[in-house]
Amino acid sequence: MLAGMTTNVVFGLLRVAVLAAALRAANGEIADYDIAATNTFVWIGQGLLGFVLLWGTNELAERVRSGDVVVDLYRPWHLQSALLAQDAGRAGFAFLTRLAPPMVFGMALFPFQFPATALQWPLFLLSAVLALVVSFAFRFLIDVSAFWLLDNRGLYGFWNITSGVLCGLTVPVAFFPDWARDVLWLTPFPALLQAPIDVFLGHGSAPGILLYQVFWAAAMLGLGHLALQRAVRRVVVQGG
Amino acid sequence: MIEVRELRREFKVATSKGLRRRYKTVTAVDDVTFGVEAGEAVGYVGPNGAGKSTTIKMLTGILVPTSGHVRVNGVDPSRQRRDLARRIGVVFGQRSQLWWDLPLRDSFDLLRSIYRVPAADHRDRLDECVELLGLRGFLATPVRQLSLGQRMRGEITAALLHAPELLVLDEPTIGLDLESKERLREFLADINARRGTTLLLTTHDLDDIERLCPRLMVIDHGRVLADGPLDELRAEVTPERELVIDLREPGPPPDVPGVTAVRSEANGLRHHLTFRRVETTAAQLITRVVSRVEVHDLAVVEPQIDDVIRKLYQRQAGQARASVES
Repeated sequence: MLAGMTTNVVFGLLRVAVLAAALRAANGEIADYDIAATNTFVWIGQGLLGFVLLWGTNELAERVRSGDVVVDLYRPWHLQSALLAQDAGRAGFAFLTRLAPPMVFGMALFPFQFPATALQWPLFLLSAVLALVVSFAFRFLIDVSAFWLLDNRGLYGFWNITSGVLCGLTVPVAFFPDWARDVLWLTPFPALLQAPIDVFLGHGSAPGILLYQVFWAAAMLGLGHLALQRAVRRVVVQGG
Repeated sequence: MIEVRELRREFKVATSKGLRRRYKTVTAVDDVTFGVEAGEAVGYVGPNGAGKSTTIKMLTGILVPTSGHVRVNGVDPSRQRRDLARRIGVVFGQRSQLWWDLPLRDSFDLLRSIYRVPAADHRDRLDECVELLGLRGFLATPVRQLSLGQRMRGEITAALLHAPELLVLDEPTIGLDLESKERLREFLADINARRGTTLLLTTHDLDDIERLCPRLMVIDHGRVLADGPLDELRAEVTPERELVIDLREPGPPPDVPGVTAVRSEANGLRHHLTFRRVETTAAQLITRVVSRVEVHDLAVVEPQIDDVIRKLYQRQAGQARASVES
Protein backbone atom coordinates (compact mmCIF):
# COMPACT_ATOMS: atom_id res chain seq x y z
CA MET A 1 0.00 0.00 0.00
CA LEU A 2 2.72 2.45 1.05
CA ALA A 3 4.88 1.13 -1.77
CA GLY A 4 2.08 1.71 -4.28
CA MET A 5 1.52 5.20 -2.98
CA THR A 6 5.19 6.06 -3.16
CA THR A 7 5.57 4.64 -6.65
CA ASN A 8 2.60 6.65 -7.85
CA VAL A 9 4.08 9.85 -6.47
CA VAL A 10 7.62 9.24 -7.78
CA PHE A 11 6.34 8.45 -11.25
CA GLY A 12 4.14 11.51 -10.99
CA LEU A 13 7.22 13.65 -10.38
CA LEU A 14 8.96 12.15 -13.41
CA ARG A 15 5.97 12.71 -15.64
CA VAL A 16 5.49 16.27 -14.44
CA ALA A 17 9.12 17.00 -15.28
CA VAL A 18 8.89 15.48 -18.76
CA LEU A 19 5.61 17.16 -19.67
CA ALA A 20 6.75 20.51 -18.25
CA ALA A 21 9.82 20.34 -20.48
CA ALA A 22 7.62 19.60 -23.48
CA LEU A 23 5.38 22.56 -22.61
CA ARG A 24 8.35 24.89 -22.34
CA ALA A 25 9.52 23.77 -25.77
CA ALA A 26 6.02 24.49 -27.11
CA ASN A 27 5.87 27.99 -25.59
CA GLY A 28 3.85 27.10 -22.51
CA GLU A 29 0.71 25.55 -23.93
CA ILE A 30 -0.30 22.47 -25.92
CA ALA A 31 -3.93 21.87 -26.86
CA ASP A 32 -5.62 23.55 -23.87
CA TYR A 33 -2.96 22.35 -21.44
CA ASP A 34 -0.94 25.02 -19.65
CA ILE A 35 1.42 24.17 -16.84
CA ALA A 36 -1.32 24.04 -14.14
CA ALA A 37 -3.61 21.86 -16.25
CA THR A 38 -0.69 19.56 -17.06
CA ASN A 39 0.20 19.14 -13.40
CA THR A 40 -3.43 18.44 -12.62
CA PHE A 41 -3.57 15.93 -15.48
CA VAL A 42 -0.54 14.08 -14.14
CA TRP A 43 -1.54 13.97 -10.48
CA ILE A 44 -5.12 12.89 -11.13
CA GLY A 45 -3.87 10.34 -13.63
CA GLN A 46 -1.43 8.92 -11.08
CA GLY A 47 -4.24 8.63 -8.57
CA LEU A 48 -6.78 7.11 -10.95
CA LEU A 49 -4.28 4.53 -12.11
CA GLY A 50 -4.51 2.67 -8.81
CA PHE A 51 -8.20 3.39 -8.36
CA VAL A 52 -9.45 1.99 -11.67
CA LEU A 53 -6.61 -0.56 -11.54
CA LEU A 54 -5.59 -0.20 -15.15
CA TRP A 55 -3.07 -3.00 -14.77
CA GLY A 56 -4.74 -5.69 -12.78
CA THR A 57 -3.68 -9.00 -11.38
CA ASN A 58 -4.85 -11.46 -14.04
CA GLU A 59 -6.17 -13.55 -11.16
CA LEU A 60 -9.16 -15.08 -12.90
CA ALA A 61 -7.00 -16.10 -15.86
CA GLU A 62 -4.63 -17.86 -13.47
CA ARG A 63 -7.57 -19.69 -11.97
CA VAL A 64 -8.69 -20.76 -15.43
CA ARG A 65 -5.18 -22.01 -16.12
CA SER A 66 -4.98 -24.01 -12.92
CA GLY A 67 -8.57 -25.22 -13.11
CA ASP A 68 -9.47 -23.61 -9.78
CA VAL A 69 -12.13 -21.70 -11.68
CA VAL A 70 -14.44 -24.70 -11.16
CA VAL A 71 -14.84 -23.55 -7.59
CA ASP A 72 -16.08 -20.17 -8.86
CA LEU A 73 -18.42 -21.86 -11.29
CA TYR A 74 -19.93 -24.09 -8.60
CA ARG A 75 -21.24 -21.07 -6.75
CA PRO A 76 -24.78 -19.82 -7.20
CA TRP A 77 -23.69 -16.41 -8.43
CA HIS A 78 -23.11 -14.50 -11.61
CA LEU A 79 -19.34 -14.64 -11.73
CA GLN A 80 -18.92 -11.33 -13.52
CA SER A 81 -21.15 -9.46 -11.08
CA ALA A 82 -19.44 -11.07 -8.12
CA LEU A 83 -16.03 -10.03 -9.38
CA LEU A 84 -17.27 -6.52 -10.13
CA ALA A 85 -18.52 -6.26 -6.56
CA GLN A 86 -15.14 -7.45 -5.34
CA ASP A 87 -13.38 -4.89 -7.52
CA ALA A 88 -15.65 -2.12 -6.26
CA GLY A 89 -14.65 -3.04 -2.71
CA ARG A 90 -11.00 -2.91 -3.66
CA ALA A 91 -11.51 0.46 -5.33
CA GLY A 92 -13.17 1.85 -2.22
CA PHE A 93 -10.01 1.16 -0.31
CA ALA A 94 -7.86 2.39 -3.20
CA PHE A 95 -9.80 5.66 -3.15
CA LEU A 96 -8.23 6.47 0.19
CA THR A 97 -4.82 4.96 -0.37
CA ARG A 98 -4.15 5.45 -4.06
CA LEU A 99 -6.40 8.14 -5.51
CA ALA A 100 -6.39 10.77 -2.80
CA PRO A 101 -2.69 10.89 -1.83
CA PRO A 102 -1.17 11.82 -5.24
CA MET A 103 -3.96 14.35 -5.82
CA VAL A 104 -3.36 15.99 -2.45
CA PHE A 105 0.38 15.88 -3.04
CA GLY A 106 -0.04 17.62 -6.41
CA MET A 107 -2.48 20.18 -5.05
CA ALA A 108 -0.19 21.08 -2.18
CA LEU A 109 3.11 21.35 -4.02
CA PHE A 110 2.39 22.26 -7.64
CA PRO A 111 0.40 24.87 -9.53
CA PHE A 112 -2.94 23.09 -9.80
CA GLN A 113 -6.05 23.78 -11.83
CA PHE A 114 -9.04 23.35 -9.54
CA PRO A 115 -12.53 22.80 -10.98
CA ALA A 116 -14.24 26.04 -11.94
CA THR A 117 -17.56 25.02 -10.40
CA ALA A 118 -18.36 22.98 -7.29
CA LEU A 119 -20.55 20.65 -9.37
CA GLN A 120 -17.45 19.36 -11.15
CA TRP A 121 -16.28 17.57 -8.01
CA PRO A 122 -19.22 15.11 -7.78
CA LEU A 123 -19.24 14.76 -11.56
CA PHE A 124 -15.56 13.86 -11.41
CA LEU A 125 -16.30 11.19 -8.80
CA LEU A 126 -19.10 9.77 -10.91
CA SER A 127 -16.82 9.73 -13.93
CA ALA A 128 -14.08 8.01 -11.92
CA VAL A 129 -16.54 5.29 -10.86
CA LEU A 130 -17.60 4.79 -14.49
CA ALA A 131 -13.92 4.59 -15.44
CA LEU A 132 -13.53 1.89 -12.81
CA VAL A 133 -16.39 -0.11 -14.34
CA VAL A 134 -14.94 0.19 -17.85
CA SER A 135 -11.52 -0.80 -16.54
CA PHE A 136 -13.00 -3.81 -14.78
CA ALA A 137 -14.85 -4.81 -17.95
CA PHE A 138 -11.62 -4.60 -19.97
CA ARG A 139 -9.71 -6.69 -17.44
CA PHE A 140 -12.54 -9.20 -17.23
CA LEU A 141 -12.51 -9.71 -21.01
CA ILE A 142 -8.76 -10.23 -20.98
CA ASP A 143 -9.15 -12.69 -18.11
CA VAL A 144 -11.93 -14.60 -19.85
CA SER A 145 -9.80 -14.97 -22.97
CA ALA A 146 -7.87 -17.53 -20.94
CA PHE A 147 -10.74 -19.96 -21.46
CA TRP A 148 -9.68 -20.07 -25.11
CA LEU A 149 -6.01 -19.18 -24.96
CA LEU A 150 -5.27 -21.02 -21.71
CA ASP A 151 -2.23 -18.79 -21.35
CA ASN A 152 -3.28 -15.21 -21.91
CA ARG A 153 -0.07 -13.61 -20.69
CA GLY A 154 0.78 -12.43 -24.20
CA LEU A 155 -2.50 -10.59 -24.54
CA TYR A 156 -2.12 -9.30 -21.03
CA GLY A 157 1.35 -7.92 -21.78
CA PHE A 158 0.05 -6.29 -24.94
CA TRP A 159 -2.68 -4.64 -22.90
CA ASN A 160 -0.16 -3.37 -20.36
CA ILE A 161 1.90 -1.73 -23.07
CA THR A 162 -0.85 -0.20 -25.18
CA SER A 163 -3.49 0.80 -22.67
CA GLY A 164 -1.36 3.53 -21.07
CA VAL A 165 -0.83 5.31 -24.36
CA LEU A 166 -4.39 4.92 -25.61
CA CYS A 167 -6.28 5.89 -22.45
CA GLY A 168 -4.48 9.17 -21.81
CA LEU A 169 -1.98 8.14 -19.17
CA THR A 170 1.25 8.81 -21.02
CA VAL A 171 0.12 12.07 -22.63
CA PRO A 172 -3.31 13.66 -22.77
CA VAL A 173 -5.42 12.30 -25.62
CA ALA A 174 -5.67 15.93 -26.77
CA PHE A 175 -1.94 15.87 -27.63
CA PHE A 176 -2.55 13.35 -30.41
CA PRO A 177 -3.00 14.56 -34.02
CA ASP A 178 -6.61 15.55 -34.62
CA TRP A 179 -7.52 12.45 -36.59
CA ALA A 180 -6.01 10.09 -34.00
CA ARG A 181 -7.69 11.97 -31.20
CA ASP A 182 -11.08 11.64 -32.90
CA VAL A 183 -10.57 7.95 -33.58
CA LEU A 184 -9.52 7.33 -29.96
CA TRP A 185 -12.67 8.94 -28.62
CA LEU A 186 -14.67 6.41 -30.65
CA THR A 187 -13.02 3.62 -28.66
CA PRO A 188 -13.53 2.83 -24.96
CA PHE A 189 -9.90 3.66 -24.08
CA PRO A 190 -10.28 7.32 -23.08
CA ALA A 191 -13.16 6.25 -20.81
CA LEU A 192 -10.55 4.63 -18.57
CA LEU A 193 -8.61 7.74 -17.56
CA GLN A 194 -8.90 10.71 -19.83
CA ALA A 195 -12.65 11.06 -19.30
CA PRO A 196 -12.59 11.75 -15.54
CA ILE A 197 -9.58 14.03 -15.98
CA ASP A 198 -11.44 16.03 -18.63
CA VAL A 199 -14.44 16.32 -16.32
CA PHE A 200 -12.19 17.62 -13.56
CA LEU A 201 -10.44 20.11 -15.83
CA GLY A 202 -13.68 21.18 -17.50
CA HIS A 203 -12.47 20.14 -20.95
CA GLY A 204 -15.41 19.25 -23.19
CA SER A 205 -18.99 18.83 -21.98
CA ALA A 206 -19.28 16.82 -18.78
CA PRO A 207 -22.69 15.25 -19.59
CA GLY A 208 -21.38 14.20 -23.01
CA ILE A 209 -18.32 12.57 -21.46
CA LEU A 210 -20.41 10.79 -18.82
CA LEU A 211 -22.84 9.48 -21.43
CA TYR A 212 -19.91 8.23 -23.47
CA GLN A 213 -18.61 6.38 -20.40
CA VAL A 214 -22.01 4.93 -19.54
CA PHE A 215 -22.28 3.60 -23.08
CA TRP A 216 -18.90 1.89 -22.96
CA ALA A 217 -19.39 0.57 -19.44
CA ALA A 218 -22.62 -1.13 -20.53
CA ALA A 219 -21.22 -2.34 -23.83
CA MET A 220 -18.03 -3.78 -22.36
CA LEU A 221 -19.86 -5.46 -19.47
CA GLY A 222 -22.34 -6.94 -21.93
CA LEU A 223 -19.52 -8.25 -24.06
CA GLY A 224 -17.88 -9.78 -21.01
CA HIS A 225 -21.15 -11.43 -20.00
CA LEU A 226 -21.58 -13.00 -23.45
CA ALA A 227 -17.96 -14.10 -23.55
CA LEU A 228 -18.26 -15.79 -20.17
CA GLN A 229 -21.45 -17.52 -21.22
CA ARG A 230 -19.79 -18.92 -24.30
CA ALA A 231 -16.68 -19.82 -22.36
CA VAL A 232 -18.64 -21.79 -19.81
CA ARG A 233 -20.44 -23.76 -22.51
CA ARG A 234 -17.17 -24.87 -24.02
CA VAL A 235 -15.13 -25.03 -20.88
CA VAL A 236 -12.77 -27.89 -20.36
CA VAL A 237 -11.66 -27.69 -16.81
CA GLN A 238 -7.98 -28.41 -16.47
CA GLY A 239 -6.76 -31.22 -14.28
CA GLY A 240 -8.27 -33.52 -11.66
CA MET B 1 -31.49 -37.74 -6.66
CA ILE B 2 -29.18 -38.48 -9.56
CA GLU B 3 -30.39 -39.93 -12.82
CA VAL B 4 -27.89 -40.61 -15.58
CA ARG B 5 -28.65 -42.37 -18.85
CA GLU B 6 -26.17 -43.12 -21.62
CA LEU B 7 -24.07 -40.19 -20.60
CA ARG B 8 -21.15 -39.52 -22.88
CA ARG B 9 -18.42 -36.97 -23.08
CA GLU B 10 -15.78 -36.76 -25.78
CA PHE B 11 -12.76 -34.52 -25.93
CA LYS B 12 -10.74 -33.47 -28.91
CA VAL B 13 -7.06 -33.90 -28.36
CA ALA B 14 -4.46 -32.50 -30.71
CA THR B 15 -2.19 -35.23 -32.02
CA SER B 16 0.20 -33.05 -34.02
CA LYS B 17 1.56 -29.58 -33.59
CA GLY B 18 1.94 -26.84 -36.12
CA LEU B 19 -0.45 -24.96 -38.32
CA ARG B 20 -2.45 -27.92 -39.48
CA ARG B 21 -3.35 -29.73 -36.32
CA ARG B 22 -4.87 -33.11 -36.42
CA TYR B 23 -7.28 -34.08 -33.71
CA LYS B 24 -8.44 -37.35 -32.37
CA THR B 25 -11.51 -37.86 -30.29
CA VAL B 26 -11.05 -39.32 -26.86
CA THR B 27 -14.09 -40.64 -25.04
CA ALA B 28 -13.72 -39.87 -21.35
CA VAL B 29 -17.16 -41.07 -20.37
CA ASP B 30 -18.67 -43.72 -22.57
CA ASP B 31 -22.44 -44.22 -22.30
CA VAL B 32 -22.63 -44.39 -18.54
CA THR B 33 -25.97 -45.20 -16.94
CA PHE B 34 -26.75 -45.19 -13.24
CA GLY B 35 -29.05 -43.76 -10.63
CA VAL B 36 -28.62 -42.66 -7.05
CA GLU B 37 -31.53 -42.45 -4.61
CA ALA B 38 -31.86 -39.73 -2.00
CA GLY B 39 -30.01 -40.64 1.17
CA GLU B 40 -27.62 -43.10 -0.43
CA ALA B 41 -23.87 -43.01 0.02
CA VAL B 42 -22.09 -44.09 -3.12
CA GLY B 43 -18.38 -44.58 -3.66
CA TYR B 44 -17.20 -43.88 -7.16
CA VAL B 45 -13.80 -45.37 -7.82
CA GLY B 46 -11.52 -45.98 -10.75
CA PRO B 47 -7.91 -45.46 -11.74
CA ASN B 48 -6.60 -42.04 -12.77
CA GLY B 49 -8.11 -41.00 -16.06
CA ALA B 50 -11.03 -43.40 -15.76
CA GLY B 51 -13.62 -40.64 -16.15
CA LYS B 52 -14.59 -40.02 -12.53
CA SER B 53 -13.96 -36.30 -12.46
CA THR B 54 -15.49 -35.84 -15.89
CA THR B 55 -18.66 -37.52 -14.66
CA ILE B 56 -18.72 -35.32 -11.57
CA LYS B 57 -18.23 -32.17 -13.63
CA MET B 58 -21.20 -33.16 -15.77
CA LEU B 59 -23.31 -33.94 -12.70
CA THR B 60 -22.59 -30.53 -11.27
CA GLY B 61 -23.10 -28.65 -14.52
CA ILE B 62 -19.53 -27.51 -15.10
CA LEU B 63 -19.16 -29.60 -18.22
CA VAL B 64 -21.72 -29.99 -20.97
CA PRO B 65 -22.24 -33.65 -21.95
CA THR B 66 -21.61 -34.66 -25.55
CA SER B 67 -24.78 -36.72 -25.39
CA GLY B 68 -27.03 -38.48 -22.92
CA HIS B 69 -29.38 -37.57 -20.17
CA VAL B 70 -28.51 -36.17 -16.73
CA ARG B 71 -30.84 -35.02 -14.00
CA VAL B 72 -29.67 -34.04 -10.55
CA ASN B 73 -32.34 -33.09 -8.07
CA GLY B 74 -34.69 -32.99 -11.05
CA VAL B 75 -32.80 -30.31 -12.97
CA ASP B 76 -30.52 -30.41 -15.99
CA PRO B 77 -27.18 -29.43 -14.43
CA SER B 78 -25.51 -27.61 -17.31
CA ARG B 79 -28.60 -25.56 -18.12
CA GLN B 80 -29.54 -24.70 -14.54
CA ARG B 81 -26.11 -24.62 -13.00
CA ARG B 82 -26.87 -21.76 -10.65
CA ASP B 83 -30.13 -23.25 -9.35
CA LEU B 84 -28.40 -26.53 -8.80
CA ALA B 85 -25.42 -24.89 -7.07
CA ARG B 86 -27.75 -23.66 -4.36
CA ARG B 87 -28.89 -27.21 -3.60
CA ILE B 88 -25.71 -29.24 -3.77
CA GLY B 89 -22.38 -29.04 -2.04
CA VAL B 90 -19.06 -29.85 -3.65
CA VAL B 91 -15.74 -30.52 -1.96
CA PHE B 92 -12.48 -31.00 -3.79
CA GLY B 93 -9.58 -32.56 -1.96
CA GLN B 94 -7.18 -30.67 -4.19
CA ARG B 95 -8.85 -27.29 -4.51
CA SER B 96 -10.12 -24.80 -2.01
CA GLN B 97 -13.32 -22.85 -1.90
CA LEU B 98 -12.21 -20.86 1.12
CA TRP B 99 -10.60 -17.44 0.89
CA TRP B 100 -6.90 -17.86 1.33
CA ASP B 101 -6.26 -14.69 3.31
CA LEU B 102 -9.43 -14.61 5.39
CA PRO B 103 -10.08 -16.26 8.73
CA LEU B 104 -12.25 -19.34 8.43
CA ARG B 105 -15.14 -17.56 10.11
CA ASP B 106 -15.11 -14.76 7.51
CA SER B 107 -15.09 -17.28 4.68
CA PHE B 108 -18.20 -18.84 6.18
CA ASP B 109 -19.86 -15.43 6.48
CA LEU B 110 -19.14 -14.70 2.83
CA LEU B 111 -20.62 -18.04 1.83
CA ARG B 112 -23.69 -17.27 3.87
CA SER B 113 -24.21 -14.14 1.76
CA ILE B 114 -23.45 -15.90 -1.50
CA TYR B 115 -25.93 -18.68 -0.78
CA ARG B 116 -28.38 -16.28 0.92
CA VAL B 117 -28.78 -18.45 4.01
CA PRO B 118 -30.89 -16.94 6.82
CA ALA B 119 -28.68 -15.88 9.73
CA ALA B 120 -30.33 -18.21 12.25
CA ASP B 121 -29.99 -21.29 10.03
CA HIS B 122 -26.41 -20.36 9.32
CA ARG B 123 -25.61 -20.10 13.01
CA ASP B 124 -27.21 -23.46 13.83
CA ARG B 125 -25.45 -25.31 11.05
CA LEU B 126 -22.13 -23.67 11.76
CA ASP B 127 -22.41 -24.48 15.46
CA GLU B 128 -23.10 -28.09 14.63
CA CYS B 129 -20.08 -28.38 12.34
CA VAL B 130 -17.85 -26.52 14.78
CA GLU B 131 -18.89 -28.99 17.45
CA LEU B 132 -18.59 -32.19 15.42
CA LEU B 133 -15.48 -31.29 13.46
CA GLY B 134 -13.74 -29.49 16.27
CA LEU B 135 -13.19 -26.20 14.48
CA ARG B 136 -13.35 -23.96 17.52
CA GLY B 137 -9.62 -23.65 17.96
CA PHE B 138 -8.94 -22.18 14.54
CA LEU B 139 -12.07 -20.30 13.44
CA ALA B 140 -10.16 -17.03 13.66
CA THR B 141 -7.08 -18.30 11.82
CA PRO B 142 -6.50 -17.22 8.22
CA VAL B 143 -7.00 -20.15 5.87
CA ARG B 144 -3.42 -19.95 4.58
CA GLN B 145 -2.13 -20.82 8.05
CA LEU B 146 -4.30 -23.91 8.53
CA SER B 147 -2.92 -27.41 8.27
CA LEU B 148 -4.34 -29.56 5.50
CA GLY B 149 -6.46 -31.51 7.99
CA GLN B 150 -7.87 -28.34 9.50
CA ARG B 151 -8.51 -26.84 6.08
CA MET B 152 -10.38 -29.92 4.86
CA ARG B 153 -12.63 -29.75 7.90
CA GLY B 154 -13.24 -26.13 6.96
CA GLU B 155 -13.95 -27.10 3.34
CA ILE B 156 -16.53 -29.67 4.37
CA THR B 157 -18.21 -27.17 6.67
CA ALA B 158 -18.24 -24.63 3.85
CA ALA B 159 -19.99 -27.13 1.59
CA LEU B 160 -22.65 -27.93 4.17
CA LEU B 161 -23.69 -24.49 5.42
CA HIS B 162 -26.45 -24.16 2.85
CA ALA B 163 -27.78 -27.61 3.79
CA PRO B 164 -27.33 -29.26 0.40
CA GLU B 165 -29.35 -32.36 -0.40
CA LEU B 166 -26.41 -33.85 -2.26
CA LEU B 167 -22.79 -33.62 -1.25
CA VAL B 168 -20.23 -34.47 -3.90
CA LEU B 169 -16.73 -35.13 -2.64
CA ASP B 170 -13.81 -35.47 -5.00
CA GLU B 171 -11.00 -37.23 -3.14
CA PRO B 172 -11.81 -35.61 0.18
CA THR B 173 -9.25 -37.53 2.22
CA ILE B 174 -6.28 -37.11 -0.09
CA GLY B 175 -3.13 -36.27 1.82
CA LEU B 176 -4.70 -36.51 5.25
CA ASP B 177 -3.21 -38.48 8.13
CA LEU B 178 -5.03 -41.49 9.48
CA GLU B 179 -6.66 -39.72 12.38
CA SER B 180 -7.93 -36.82 10.27
CA LYS B 181 -9.27 -39.28 7.71
CA GLU B 182 -11.11 -41.21 10.35
CA ARG B 183 -12.60 -38.09 11.86
CA LEU B 184 -13.83 -36.91 8.48
CA ARG B 185 -15.34 -40.28 7.64
CA GLU B 186 -17.11 -40.42 10.95
CA PHE B 187 -18.57 -36.99 10.38
CA LEU B 188 -19.71 -37.78 6.85
CA ALA B 189 -21.30 -41.04 7.94
CA ASP B 190 -23.10 -39.10 10.62
CA ILE B 191 -24.60 -36.44 8.36
CA ASN B 192 -25.56 -39.12 5.86
CA ALA B 193 -27.40 -41.05 8.55
CA ARG B 194 -28.87 -38.17 10.49
CA ARG B 195 -29.62 -35.51 7.89
CA GLY B 196 -30.13 -37.91 5.02
CA THR B 197 -27.65 -36.00 2.88
CA THR B 198 -26.86 -38.01 -0.22
CA LEU B 199 -23.15 -38.62 -0.64
CA LEU B 200 -21.25 -39.28 -3.83
CA LEU B 201 -17.55 -39.61 -3.35
CA THR B 202 -14.59 -40.43 -5.49
CA THR B 203 -11.48 -41.68 -3.83
CA HIS B 204 -8.35 -43.72 -4.19
CA ASP B 205 -8.45 -44.56 -0.52
CA LEU B 206 -10.59 -47.63 -0.37
CA ASP B 207 -10.97 -47.41 3.37
CA ASP B 208 -13.19 -44.40 2.67
CA ILE B 209 -15.52 -46.70 0.76
CA GLU B 210 -15.35 -49.49 3.28
CA ARG B 211 -16.20 -47.07 6.06
CA LEU B 212 -18.73 -44.85 4.35
CA CYS B 213 -20.34 -46.27 1.28
CA PRO B 214 -22.60 -49.30 1.27
CA ARG B 215 -22.61 -49.01 -2.50
CA LEU B 216 -19.65 -49.02 -4.82
CA MET B 217 -19.41 -48.03 -8.46
CA VAL B 218 -16.27 -48.90 -10.35
CA ILE B 219 -15.45 -47.12 -13.56
CA ASP B 220 -12.59 -47.58 -16.00
CA HIS B 221 -12.04 -46.29 -19.52
CA GLY B 222 -15.29 -44.37 -19.22
CA ARG B 223 -17.42 -47.44 -18.57
CA VAL B 224 -19.05 -48.72 -15.43
CA LEU B 225 -17.40 -52.04 -14.59
CA ALA B 226 -19.42 -52.83 -11.53
CA ASP B 227 -22.13 -51.29 -9.45
CA GLY B 228 -23.54 -52.78 -6.30
CA PRO B 229 -23.11 -53.36 -2.57
CA LEU B 230 -19.49 -53.77 -1.60
CA ASP B 231 -20.09 -57.17 0.03
CA GLU B 232 -21.70 -58.62 -3.06
CA LEU B 233 -18.95 -57.37 -5.31
CA ARG B 234 -16.40 -58.87 -2.99
CA ALA B 235 -18.10 -62.24 -3.00
CA GLU B 236 -18.51 -62.13 -6.75
CA VAL B 237 -15.01 -61.33 -7.85
CA THR B 238 -13.03 -62.88 -5.07
CA PRO B 239 -14.89 -66.00 -4.04
CA GLU B 240 -11.73 -67.26 -2.34
CA ARG B 241 -10.59 -66.45 1.12
CA GLU B 242 -7.19 -66.92 2.57
CA LEU B 243 -6.11 -68.81 5.64
CA VAL B 244 -2.67 -68.06 7.02
CA ILE B 245 -1.19 -70.62 9.40
CA ASP B 246 2.03 -70.51 11.38
CA LEU B 247 3.33 -73.96 12.21
CA ARG B 248 5.19 -74.90 15.37
CA GLU B 249 7.85 -76.74 13.37
CA PRO B 250 8.80 -76.04 9.75
CA GLY B 251 7.08 -78.45 7.41
CA PRO B 252 5.14 -78.83 4.19
CA PRO B 253 1.70 -77.24 3.93
CA PRO B 254 -1.02 -79.53 5.31
CA ASP B 255 -2.88 -81.45 2.67
CA VAL B 256 -6.54 -80.75 3.26
CA PRO B 257 -9.27 -81.28 0.64
CA GLY B 258 -10.79 -78.06 -0.71
CA VAL B 259 -7.68 -76.04 0.03
CA THR B 260 -4.95 -74.79 -2.27
CA ALA B 261 -1.55 -73.89 -0.91
CA VAL B 262 -0.52 -70.61 -2.55
CA ARG B 263 2.84 -69.97 -0.99
CA SER B 264 5.07 -70.66 1.96
CA GLU B 265 7.25 -68.31 3.94
CA ALA B 266 9.95 -68.51 6.58
CA ASN B 267 11.27 -71.90 5.46
CA GLY B 268 7.89 -73.54 5.74
CA LEU B 269 6.90 -72.01 9.06
CA ARG B 270 4.12 -69.95 7.52
CA HIS B 271 1.73 -71.12 4.80
CA HIS B 272 -0.91 -69.22 2.85
CA LEU B 273 -3.88 -71.39 1.89
CA THR B 274 -6.94 -70.39 -0.07
CA PHE B 275 -10.37 -71.91 -0.01
CA ARG B 276 -13.70 -71.18 -1.64
CA ARG B 277 -16.15 -69.74 0.81
CA VAL B 278 -19.16 -71.35 -0.83
CA GLU B 279 -17.67 -74.83 -0.38
CA THR B 280 -16.16 -74.72 3.08
CA THR B 281 -16.56 -72.53 6.10
CA ALA B 282 -13.50 -71.21 7.84
CA ALA B 283 -14.47 -73.09 10.99
CA GLN B 284 -14.61 -76.49 9.30
CA LEU B 285 -11.32 -75.83 7.63
CA ILE B 286 -9.55 -74.80 10.79
CA THR B 287 -10.69 -77.95 12.56
CA ARG B 288 -9.32 -80.07 9.75
CA VAL B 289 -6.02 -78.25 9.56
CA VAL B 290 -5.47 -78.34 13.28
CA SER B 291 -6.14 -82.09 13.36
CA ARG B 292 -3.32 -82.67 10.86
CA VAL B 293 -0.52 -80.35 11.90
CA GLU B 294 0.54 -78.57 15.02
CA VAL B 295 -0.48 -74.93 14.58
CA HIS B 296 1.07 -72.04 16.44
CA ASP B 297 -1.16 -69.30 15.15
CA LEU B 298 -3.68 -68.75 12.36
CA ALA B 299 -5.67 -66.00 10.71
CA VAL B 300 -8.45 -65.79 8.13
CA VAL B 301 -7.86 -62.93 5.72
CA GLU B 302 -10.73 -61.19 3.96
CA PRO B 303 -9.80 -60.03 0.47
CA GLN B 304 -8.80 -56.40 0.65
CA ILE B 305 -10.98 -53.99 -1.21
CA ASP B 306 -7.98 -53.12 -3.38
CA ASP B 307 -7.86 -56.75 -4.48
CA VAL B 308 -11.54 -56.65 -5.28
CA ILE B 309 -11.12 -53.63 -7.44
CA ARG B 310 -7.94 -54.88 -9.09
CA LYS B 311 -9.77 -58.07 -9.99
CA LEU B 312 -12.59 -56.02 -11.46
CA TYR B 313 -10.14 -54.12 -13.68
CA GLN B 314 -8.51 -57.37 -14.73
CA ARG B 315 -11.83 -58.95 -15.50
CA GLN B 316 -12.69 -56.04 -17.74
CA ALA B 317 -9.33 -56.22 -19.52
CA GLY B 318 -9.82 -59.97 -19.98
CA GLN B 319 -13.24 -59.45 -21.49
CA ALA B 320 -11.88 -56.80 -23.85
CA ARG B 321 -9.15 -59.17 -24.99
CA ALA B 322 -11.64 -61.97 -25.48
CA SER B 323 -13.89 -59.82 -27.62
CA VAL B 324 -10.93 -58.74 -29.78
CA GLU B 325 -9.81 -62.31 -30.29
CA SER B 326 -13.23 -63.69 -31.20
